[in-house]
Amino acid sequence: MKTHNSVSRLELANITKQYPGCLANDNISLTLMPGEIHALLGENGAGKSTLVKTIYGVVAPDKGDIIWDGREVSIKSPSIARDLGIGMVFQHFSLFETLTVSQNIELCLSKAQLNNIGDLADRIKKLSAEYGLNVDPSRYIHSLSIGERQRVEIMRCLVQSVKLLILDEPTSVLTPQEVSGLFDVLRTLSKEGCSILFISHKLHEVTEICHKATILRGGKVVDTCIPNEETPATIAKMMVGELAEQEAGYIKREGTNVIFSVTNLSLPSKHPFGTALKDINLTLKAGEILGIAGVAGNGQDELMAIISGEDARNVKQAISLNNLDIGHLHAGERRKLGMAYVPEERLGRGAVPDMSLTENTLLTHSDGFVKNGLVQWQSIKNYTQTLITKYKVKCHGEFSEAKSLSGGNLQKFIMGREIGQNPKVLICAHPTWGVDVGAALAIHQALLELRDQGAAILLISEDIDELFLLADRMAAVCNGHLSPLVKTEHTNIDQIGQWMAGTFINNTSVCAQEQEAKA
Amino acid sequence: MDSDLIVQILFAAVKTGTPLLFIALGEVICEKSGILNLGQEGMMLMGAVVGFLAAYSTGNMGFGVLAAMIMGSTMSLIFAVLVLQLGANQVATGLALTIFGTGLSAFVGAGFVGQTIQGFPPIAIPLLSDIPYLGRILFNHDILVYFSFGMTAVLFYVVNKTRIGLTLKAVGENPNAANAIGIPVLKVRYLAIMFGGAMAGISGAYMSLVYTPMWVENMTAGRGWIALALVVFASWRIGRIMLGAYLFGLASIMHLVLQGMGWSISPNLLAMLPYVATVVVMVIISADHFKEKLLAPRSLGKPFDPRNMA
Repeated sequence: MKTHNSVSRLELANITKQYPGCLANDNISLTLMPGEIHALLGENGAGKSTLVKTIYGVVAPDKGDIIWDGREVSIKSPSIARDLGIGMVFQHFSLFETLTVSQNIELCLSKAQLNNIGDLADRIKKLSAEYGLNVDPSRYIHSLSIGERQRVEIMRCLVQSVKLLILDEPTSVLTPQEVSGLFDVLRTLSKEGCSILFISHKLHEVTEICHKATILRGGKVVDTCIPNEETPATIAKMMVGELAEQEAGYIKREGTNVIFSVTNLSLPSKHPFGTALKDINLTLKAGEILGIAGVAGNGQDELMAIISGEDARNVKQAISLNNLDIGHLHAGERRKLGMAYVPEERLGRGAVPDMSLTENTLLTHSDGFVKNGLVQWQSIKNYTQTLITKYKVKCHGEFSEAKSLSGGNLQKFIMGREIGQNPKVLICAHPTWGVDVGAALAIHQALLELRDQGAAILLISEDIDELFLLADRMAAVCNGHLSPLVKTEHTNIDQIGQWMAGTFINNTSVCAQEQEAKA
Repeated sequence: MDSDLIVQILFAAVKTGTPLLFIALGEVICEKSGILNLGQEGMMLMGAVVGFLAAYSTGNMGFGVLAAMIMGSTMSLIFAVLVLQLGANQVATGLALTIFGTGLSAFVGAGFVGQTIQGFPPIAIPLLSDIPYLGRILFNHDILVYFSFGMTAVLFYVVNKTRIGLTLKAVGENPNAANAIGIPVLKVRYLAIMFGGAMAGISGAYMSLVYTPMWVENMTAGRGWIALALVVFASWRIGRIMLGAYLFGLASIMHLVLQGMGWSISPNLLAMLPYVATVVVMVIISADHFKEKLLAPRSLGKPFDPRNMA
């Protein structure tokens, strides 16, 4: 980090932004020096996203000044931000799937910038080599992996000689190996004097790479620190405000008898850009959590859909519950036999956005609350209220629409609703994705409690730390293949990371080859 | 069947396909920006009646075409304000626009039914029209047909080769992302919708000034709907829209051809051909869900409100 330049790259003074019913940013000030990697931390809803969108000109602040390279500026639109040299990599990538890499990059550049650059494809190739960001400019986005897409986003910023790069949770979609590649790129950029603003939930990453950190809570700056002088635990404490309960380790269980299994399941994908499942075999014991790691888009969605019955194709022999073939039953029949699901997509799959929580409860509990063909509204209301209290769901009441809840609260509600059915098997995808520390803890404990009561849980997650924390046995998926299942204590992050990249397939990188072939 | 008859049939197919080509070109641009405007038929009818009135009262055909374009884009502007500014449902608003246009055009044109004017004269293009067969099929038409050729070429170039086309596709695929990188999504959509309106206007003017140079209530006879199917049939590609328009044009005149050849099929049945073809095409394309998903603009029909971006 270069510090001999005394003029700060960016200075925010008293930024305030009020949304209806929510003060998103309250007098936020922070300073960023050239070459500094600065972490912006906080739970969901702390105001991080609003703040970076203000810097990038997507959101207009109500009050406050932005000082860029020593002079006050007004950033009214992203194009102004880009002209200043601010680049942003969004959490949900802002790429256009039906366009090529170079077309995507071109769209972000002004005519003047394009003229300066000359041949765009050449420039992309040059930058690729310089920073080790391998992307072929002529490929279509939909054919790229998530990691490659992120490289395109970063490339999009680098092409326009960026002085400040904003990254919104950049590592949540990457394999551990890809993460270290990304960090190399960031360190190089930092040495060249580019400032980086880094939003992350993963505190050990922050302590590893960031020079400074600003912690937000409820829209306010509550603390700043130098991350490598802290531990993830002390930072977590600053974020949550009270002494956060540490999730250092939970007891691992063996599980008893095999209750659920998938045997020799191969299935082509129904979706144009989907992944085919290839000879999937897995067994799930009562009283254990089986974790499946993998980068998004490697067959998790397809596996979830066929196990839940959402994908209605008949695979009678392939899926069995208590030695009973269930692969031909529809989703409702499987639920009746004791299966429950928490899908990745909360609004739209896990809950109907425009319905109240009561109605959403009824959706998966219809049996208990219907008498003589009539819905027993009072009892279902009472039941919903108990769920809200038990899982500390923050909402106005059982009449609140599902879409009015924050992601974490809705997830707690859905989790509670599914657990409330006393399932024999719970299939759970990305249960804490985008959920803050406090809610994640509650969800983890609910899962463990369910396991200890003897349920079998299949946990699909991209968060490796979460899997190591919760899972009793683990596996990884890559391109539709499932790795061997191992006990969590017999493996480590390195091995799982390599499995996520496909090394378990004949000990060679078949997966990578197949991905190449697919492209 | 002698070659002379075939040339005549194909000549007529181009002529019949031209209003379809105009309106479908407008609609495809609109859909590429992510907006589904089902008001085509209404805009086309208003274009037809206003174009006819303007040409009839001034005696200037060019003025008629211009008036029709302005009318079409004014109609589409109503749609744009409702859908983009006020967040109205695209399908319902489009249907309302068609019903509105059908009624209003009948009302406005009531006093002029049965009046005729002198349509655009055919212009044989020197040299090109001397090409055997092809010259007589393609280069012996009125000026609006040539304009439709030019328009197809220009749109093909703009959509596939320029930054404007890239921006349009980006907005239609992912308006949130487009907004985030600083593309003015609503402005692009306004322009695309109004371009669609202007093209629907010309298409209507072609009906009332050239195809049958007179005004009759509901004279477009569902061409606005056929154009919507045509866009899907062409899988949102400009070149295929031209081909498809002429194919549908051919289907529309088949009943005359078959009658002329002395086939004893009820003319009513044969007149159904283009509509049956539309239904069949839609069924075939929709059955292949895979393909439809791959080709259609991702955000087609979905609302976008930049104020909701928090």
